[in-house]
Amino acid sequence: MTFTKLLTSAAMAIGLASAAVAGSHAEKTKVGFIYVGPVGDGGWTYEHDQGRKAVVEAYGDKVETVYQENVPEGADAVRAITQMALTGADIIFTTSFGYMDPTIEVAAKFPDVKFEHATGYKRADNVSTYSARFYEGRAIQGHIAGKMTKTNKIGYIASFPIPEVIRGINAAYIHAKKVNPDVEFSIIWAYTWFDPAKEADAARALIENGADVVLQHTDSTAPQAAAAEAGGVITFGQASDMGEYAPMPRVSSIIDNWGPYYVQQVGRVMDGTWESVDTWDGIAPGMVGIGEISDAVPADVKAEALAMKDAIAAGEYHPFTGPLKKQDGSDWLAAGETASDGDLLGMGFYVEGLTGDVPN
Amino acid sequence: MIRLEKRPQPSKIWTVMTPVLAVFLTMIIGGVMFAILGKPPLEAIRTIFWDPLFNAQFASYTRPQLLVKAGPLILIAIGLSIGFRAGIWNIGAEGQYIMGAIFGAAAGLAFYPSDSFLIFPLMIMAGAFGGFVWAMIPAILRTAFRTNEILVSLMLVYVAEAVLASVSQNLLRNPEGMGFPGSRNLSQWDASANREIIANSGMHWGVLTAFVAVIFAYVLMTRHIQGFNIRLTGEAPRAARFAGVMPARIVIFCLGLSGMLAGMAGLFEVAGPAGQISIDFNSGYGFTAIIVAFLGRLHPVGILLAGLLMALTYIGGELAQLMLGVPGASIQLFQGMLLFFLLATDVFINFRLRIGQAEAA
Amino acid sequence: MDLSSINPILLVASLMVSATPILFAAIGELVVEKAGVLNLGVEGMMITGAVVGFAVAVNTDSPLPGFAAAALAAGVLSLSFGILTQYLLSNQVATGLGLTLVGLGLSSLIGKPYEGMKSPTLPDLHIPGISEIPVVGPMLFQHDIMVYVSIALVAGVWGFLKYSRLGLVLRAVGESHDAAHALGYKVVRVRMAAIFFGGACAGLGGAYLSLVRVPQWTEGMTAGAGWIALAIVVFASWRPWRVLIGAYLFGGVTVLQLNLQAAGAKVPVEILSMSPYLITILVLVVISARGAHGAPASLGRSFHASH
Repeated sequence: MTFTKLLTSAAMAIGLASAAVAGSHAEKTKVGFIYVGPVGDGGWTYEHDQGRKAVVEAYGDKVETVYQENVPEGADAVRAITQMALTGADIIFTTSFGYMDPTIEVAAKFPDVKFEHATGYKRADNVSTYSARFYEGRAIQGHIAGKMTKTNKIGYIASFPIPEVIRGINAAYIHAKKVNPDVEFSIIWAYTWFDPAKEADAARALIENGADVVLQHTDSTAPQAAAAEAGGVITFGQASDMGEYAPMPRVSSIIDNWGPYYVQQVGRVMDGTWESVDTWDGIAPGMVGIGEISDAVPADVKAEALAMKDAIAAGEYHPFTGPLKKQDGSDWLAAGETASDGDLLGMGFYVEGLTGDVPN
Repeated sequence: MIRLEKRPQPSKIWTVMTPVLAVFLTMIIGGVMFAILGKPPLEAIRTIFWDPLFNAQFASYTRPQLLVKAGPLILIAIGLSIGFRAGIWNIGAEGQYIMGAIFGAAAGLAFYPSDSFLIFPLMIMAGAFGGFVWAMIPAILRTAFRTNEILVSLMLVYVAEAVLASVSQNLLRNPEGMGFPGSRNLSQWDASANREIIANSGMHWGVLTAFVAVIFAYVLMTRHIQGFNIRLTGEAPRAARFAGVMPARIVIFCLGLSGMLAGMAGLFEVAGPAGQISIDFNSGYGFTAIIVAFLGRLHPVGILLAGLLMALTYIGGELAQLMLGVPGASIQLFQGMLLFFLLATDVFINFRLRIGQAEAA
Repeated sequence: MDLSSINPILLVASLMVSATPILFAAIGELVVEKAGVLNLGVEGMMITGAVVGFAVAVNTDSPLPGFAAAALAAGVLSLSFGILTQYLLSNQVATGLGLTLVGLGLSSLIGKPYEGMKSPTLPDLHIPGISEIPVVGPMLFQHDIMVYVSIALVAGVWGFLKYSRLGLVLRAVGESHDAAHALGYKVVRVRMAAIFFGGACAGLGGAYLSLVRVPQWTEGMTAGAGWIALAIVVFASWRPWRVLIGAYLFGGVTVLQLNLQAAGAKVPVEILSMSPYLITILVLVVISARGAHGAPASLGRSFHASH
C-alpha cells in the first residue's frame, strides 16, 4: 500500500522532529494527561488530576505537566494525543478506556514517547496499560452492606454493562450474600457515567423501592445527597472519598488513587528505566483506597471489613474464590479456586443469585 | 440617538469586513478574559489563531487536521442549511450522524474480513441510508400528522444514543475485544478504512465529499428549480403553494437530504478519525453544525469558511490548553464570544449606523 | 418481578421534584416564544442559574437568596442574547446556541471554588391540615416551596397571556410584529422583557437542580435539561397548562422507568431508557394528528422598525 508507506515515512519525519524538540529541553520531563471529563467532575477525572498533582509535588521543577480536559473518545482523541506528543511530552497518560486504539495508533508514530493507557488491554513497546482492581473494594462494600441492611434490599446504580461494572456488582453481591443470605440486589442501569440529576432520581427510585443501602458506579455525589435526604440509608463514596457526606450516609468509599503509580512511572522515564508493563493493582499497593469507615458502622462489622481489607492486601484472600456458580446455575469456580485475570477482565455474566439480565 | 438604517442593498465591503472585525473584537475581549485568568493574553490569542496554521513545530500536523475537523461540520451544515432555508428545523442531525455511523459500520462489519474494494462504497451508501431513515421519521410524522419536527428530531438524538450504547455492547461488539464494548476498528481494516486521499493532507473521503456537497448545494440553490422552490417555501409558504410547490415534498426532500449528509458524515468519521463504534462515539458535531450553518449565513461558501473557522478555534483551543494550561471552559467561553461578535457585526452588512436623528415612529 | 414495591404515592411525589427544573425553564421559554423569539440558549442560562444560585446560597447559607440571584444572573445573561437578536438583528438560532456555549464556559469558571461543597437545603413545607390528608397529602402537599412556585408560575403565565392587556400585546407581537408595531406597541421592548423573564425562569430551574434536586455543583450538571425544556414547549403547542403536563409526563416516565428497573421489571433496559423520549414523541403525534397547533407566526423572525 503506497498510502501506508507514505504515511509511515511522514510519521517518522514527525517523530524525528518531535524527538529533536524533546531533546532541546531535556532537563524538564514533560508529562501529559488526556482526560475524558472536566477536572471538576468530582469523580473519575478529578482523581486522575489528583494523580497529576502528586507528580508535580513529587518532582517539583524537574517536571512540567500538561493536560487536556473533555477529550471525546471518538474522532478527536487521536488528534489530542498527537498534539500532546508533538508539543514535546515525554510520557502521556490516556485516562479512559475509549482512548485505547487512538493511543496505540499515535504511539506507533512516536517511538520515543512513552504512553500509559488506563483500563485497556492493548500494549506496545512504548505503551503500558494500567488499571485498578476496584472489585476488591466492592467486596468490602458488599460485606458492610450485607451486614447493615435491615430491609435486605440493596440498590445499585450501574453505568454501562461493561466488564468493569459487572465485576463490581458480582463482587459486592457475593460478599453481601455471604453474610446475609436473604439479601437482594436491585440494579438500575443509568446509561451514563455522569448525570447528577439522573443519578439522584435513580437513588430515590431505589430507596422508594425499599433499598436502605445504595451502591453507585456513577461518579457524582447526587446519590449521596438523595440518601442523606431520605435518612436511614447508607452509601459509599465512588472514585473519590466523598467525605463531606460522612459519617452518614457515606460509611466508607472506594478511592481511585493513581498518584503513587503516576509518580513511579514518571520516575522511571526520568531515570531511563521505563518499560512497557501491564499493571493491575489493587488494595495492596494502594491504587485502590478504602476510605475511612465511619462510626455509623458497628464496631464488629468495621473490624471484619478491615480484616478482609488486610487479607486482600496480603494476598491471602481473593474476592472471587469458589465455589461460585454463574447465574444460569452452571459451575464457574470449584471450591477454593480463584478467578483468573482473564475471566475477570472480560466478565459478562452475573453470579448465581442475582436477578435480572445483564443488558445487551 | 443611534439608530440603524437599512441599506438599499447589502454592503459588499462589510460582507468581507465583518468577520475580520469580529475576530479582532474577540481577540480583545478574549485577551482580557485570559488576562483575568492569569494567562498571557497575547500568547493565548496567538496560540489559538496562529499556531495551528503556522507554528514551525507542529503546524504541518495541525493544518491538515483543520480539514479533518471541519469536514464533518461542513457536510452536516450544508444539509441543514438547505432545510433551514425552507423553514424546516432539523435539530437532530446528531442522531442522524449516529445512525449513519451505525448503519455504515454494520454494513462493513457484515463482510469482515473480506478485502473487496466494494466494501467502502457499500458502507458509504449504508451510512447515507441510516441517516436518511432516521430523518424520515420526523419527515413522515410532519407530513402525515403535522407533528413538529424540532421536537421529534431532537428526541430522536437521545434514542439514537441509546441505540448506540446498545449496539456497541452487543450487535457490533468486537468479538476479539475481551468483552469490552466497542466494535472492531474500521480504520485498521483496509477494505473499510476511510483513508487520506493524499497523504498528510487531511483530505480523506469525507472531506472530499464535504467539498462536493458545497458545490452541489451552490448549484442546487442558485441554478435549480428545486432550490428556488425551497427558498420560496421558506420565505413565502403561501406563495409557494400557489406556485404549485408541494410542501410535503419539500419536507421529505430537505429532511432526507440533510439526514443523508449527516449519516455520511457519521460513516466517514467512524471509518476514519474515530475508527470504531463505541458508547461515546458521537461528540456533538450535529449540534455544532447548526452553528456552522448559521455562521455561514446558510450559504454554501459561507458554511465552508465557517466550518474552517470553527475547526481553527477547536484545534487552537486544544493547543492553548496544552501549551498554556488555560482551562477548557475558557475556550468554550471564547468560542461563544467569537460567535456573538460574528453574529453581532453582521448587522453592518444590511444596516448602517445613523447618529443624531430622531427615532422613527 | 415485584412491581408492588413501586409506591404510587412516592412516584408522584418524585416526579414532581424531577420535573420542576424543566418546568421552570419551559414556562419561561414559552413566554419568550409567545413573543416571537426563539432562544435556544436555555441550557446555557440554566447552568448559569445553577452555579450562581449555588454560590450565593453557600455564601449566604440560605437557599432563597440563591434562587433570587440565579434568576437575576440568568436573566442578565439572557439580555446579551436580547441585545444581539433585538437590536443587532442577529440570527436567533445561532445566537441561542452561542449563548449555550457562553453559559457552559462561564459557569464552570465561576464554579471552580464551589466543587465538592454542600449547599443549605430547602425544607419541605408541611402545611397543617392538607399535608396530612391520606394519599393526596404526601403526594402533593409535602414539597418544598419552589415546586409550588413553579406551578403558580404556570398559572400566572396562563392568566397573564389569556386575560391581561399586556399578555395580549405580547401575543400580538409574537403573531405579527409588523402589525403590532403599526398599532404603536414597542415590539423590541416587549421582546426584551420576555427574554429576561425566560432567562430568569431558566435560572430558577438551574438553581433548583443545584440546590434541591441534586444538590451540589458540578461542571455540566444540567446534562441536557435545557434541550428537554425546549422540546416541552413544542410539545405543549405553546400552551401553559400543557407545559405542566409535558414536563410531568416526561419527568414521570423518567422516574417510572427507573422505578421499573429498581423493581426488576422484565423489560429490556435499553427500551426503558429511551422510553421518555419515545413516549413524548408518541403523545405529540397523537395530539398533532388531532390538529392542535399554535407556533407564534413571527417565531424566530427578526424585527426592524423600518421594514
